[in-house]
Amino acid sequence: MKAIESFEVPVPPKVNYINAQYGLKSWLLTKDHKRIALLYLGSITFFFFIGGLYAMMIRLELLTPQGDLLQSTTYNKVFTQHGIIMIFFFLIPSIPATLGNFLIPMMIGAKDLAFPRINLLSWYIYLAGGVITIYALLAGGVDTGWTFYTPFSTTFSNSYVVATGLGIFINGFSSILTGLNFIVTIHTMRAPGMTWFRMPLFCWSLYATSLIFILGTPVIAITILLLAFERVARVGIFDPALGGDPILFQHLFWFYSHPAVYIMVLPSMGVVSELIANFSRKNIFGYGFVAFSSLAIAVFGFLVWGHHLFVSSQSVYAGMIFSFLSFAVAIPSAIKVFNWTATLYKSSISYDTPMLYALGFIGLFTVGGMTGLFLASLAVDVHLSDTYFVVAHFHYIMVGGALMGYLGGLHYWWPKISGRMYPEGWGRFSALVIFVGFNLTFLPQFVAGYLGMPRRYHAYPPEFQVFNVLSTAGASILGFGMLIPAIYFVWSMRYGKHAEANPWNLPGLEWRTASPPPTENFEVTPIVTWEAYEFAPPEETEVVGKFRPELERI
Amino acid sequence: MSSHATAQEVHGHPSLQHHFENMEQQREAGTLGMWVFLVTEIMFFGGMFLAYTLYRSTYPASFASASNHLDITLGAFNTGVLILSSFTMAMAVYSTQVGQRRPQILCLVLTLLLGLTFLGVKAVEYYDKYEDHLIPGRLIPGNPFKPEVQEEGQPKDPHKLHLLPGATVPQVEMFYWIYFAMTGMHALHMVIGAGLITFLIIFSLKGRFDPEYHSPVEVIGLYWHFVDIVWIFLFPLLYLLGRHFEHG
Repeated sequence: MKAIESFEVPVPPKVNYINAQYGLKSWLLTKDHKRIALLYLGSITFFFFIGGLYAMMIRLELLTPQGDLLQSTTYNKVFTQHGIIMIFFFLIPSIPATLGNFLIPMMIGAKDLAFPRINLLSWYIYLAGGVITIYALLAGGVDTGWTFYTPFSTTFSNSYVVATGLGIFINGFSSILTGLNFIVTIHTMRAPGMTWFRMPLFCWSLYATSLIFILGTPVIAITILLLAFERVARVGIFDPALGGDPILFQHLFWFYSHPAVYIMVLPSMGVVSELIANFSRKNIFGYGFVAFSSLAIAVFGFLVWGHHLFVSSQSVYAGMIFSFLSFAVAIPSAIKVFNWTATLYKSSISYDTPMLYALGFIGLFTVGGMTGLFLASLAVDVHLSDTYFVVAHFHYIMVGGALMGYLGGLHYWWPKISGRMYPEGWGRFSALVIFVGFNLTFLPQFVAGYLGMPRRYHAYPPEFQVFNVLSTAGASILGFGMLIPAIYFVWSMRYGKHAEANPWNLPGLEWRTASPPPTENFEVTPIVTWEAYEFAPPEETEVVGKFRPELERI
Repeated sequence: MSSHATAQEVHGHPSLQHHFENMEQQREAGTLGMWVFLVTEIMFFGGMFLAYTLYRSTYPASFASASNHLDITLGAFNTGVLILSSFTMAMAVYSTQVGQRRPQILCLVLTLLLGLTFLGVKAVEYYDKYEDHLIPGRLIPGNPFKPEVQEEGQPKDPHKLHLLPGATVPQVEMFYWIYFAMTGMHALHMVIGAGLITFLIIFSLKGRFDPEYHSPVEVIGLYWHFVDIVWIFLFPLLYLLGRHFEHG
């Protein structure tokens, strides 16, 4: 048995996208979508660790009820910067700019994205935005919360609001260009035979994400620009002292920033659809429903922003409509969860690391989504608004959802990206550690929030300490869990087992080319004659190269 | 037979990028890319249109007073200039598609000149506002918003701001901020457009475009028309709406 497992197809010394060219210049001026994906991968990992550092400081401060580690002003900056870095510089670009960039052309049988130069430009814009933001952090930071509510941000805050805003403004254009590139690529670059309904669901979800990119991001861009002018030149539409309306800012901000939540979670849903179908070796249950629910989430996502304004003096009637629509957005989300579950039924599941993340996603996303319904209910929200309940809720979506999907996808496609296998045992171990650590961090926050602990304070009444100690303990486990993949991914690039072209034995187009792929992805443009997730019936599946215990049972 | 034709196409045209199968696919991608970009532009301007709508309805008298102070003659002239430039741009696209180089270059140059005319007139208008101290806030340091208000019964002075009943100077200031934000952003797009057209002229002179490869002209044409259309909305909203309060 051991012999079969270690049976390895010798990798021919072929030219692939990694060894096609050498030198720094060949990376910094590359137009290859796969190399750009790796540039993004490196940069967002860097920002993730900065954001993680801030998270660590928050959790350490909250270990005790007194404000003993950080002063209140420092604490304000720490949580603001945690939010800004994690949202704008990690979560939003995470899956689209890395996995999406790498995989969309391969999944649809194209040689590259439609606009390779714009793709590279988007990375430089991202870097420019990142550099300016880091300058703002080093110069003194920003303390407005990631939401930049006016008039605090325009008039009263003494921190680097304009520099940070400029960083986010610039960064926004990188998202817009990525979204534009994906939409055009999916429309015009599909290989012969690759119809819309033969595309992997990952492409559908990134198409929906791109719609949000192009429709939402420009609005936050103009909003932040107007905010910066208001702060610098005292010309304004948001500050009541200038005759403006601060609620207008909140509307404009959340018109983007609520859909931005779906920018974070939709790509993860796409990854999870891939993982569920492929690791249960079964066609996804209700392909059309899963595909269209992505679009439905993108559309509904634009109609629910007002649920962030329930306690803002917004009209009660507007509140009722936004509440109803927020409930409605649960429908397409639930369609996905039910379809994934139905796919698992009577399938042959293998519990490889990516699948562990996918299953973790389903559970955590469900908790995050259900608690979202509490917050979408007008009366309950009055009680829960601005408490740790909200914090726990959106971390279940953003970390439990988006991050789990990202890690699952990274493991799943790592053989394709790097040409090496990650260590499976360590992979499973870290997936479990992350799952446990995550829940220990954020479950107690639901309780603390429900009992009335407000967010964004560095000190709190002593009765909440037990929840915060649990949460900090969980965060330590979570942080430890995150370090393991960071180490073994780097390790595997040199020492990992060579990956075959198709290590998971799957039908998708990206698995029908070498690992790592050549620069133009395919030797010849493929002609697609099969449906997505078209697995041969189990008894006819030939076992080649890799031992699969679930097939042995049959 | 058909595979032979494809091979010829693939290696045929010097402007075909390596990742496209043929010129048709490349053209389609370029055009769709511009349309998608224009969607983002609509959303970008949309934020300002929303602010305009909100405050126009909140402060109708002040906005009408401020609007009346704009120079409608220059505004109307500029509208004409832009519509004409859209026509010459469309002709430039057409000439490129049918491969007539001389009219193509002529039309591009005309479009550029018309665009620059618009910007020149806009600069004159901005300078008038500067003279009347109508630049809001601290946009120009040392020149705060301080218009002279027309007193009732005094002879009409075109440089003085005439306030309708219910209008206040701070609200007029907000109008002027929205005016400068929207027209300024529009002018920035015009400047970018003029730069792009300059590139088109240079490439046309080098003979880079032909009936098979004309998508840059087409795509920049789309952009140019979009910028014109934004002005078509800005002109009535900023210059015309509310004139009946003043002029009956």
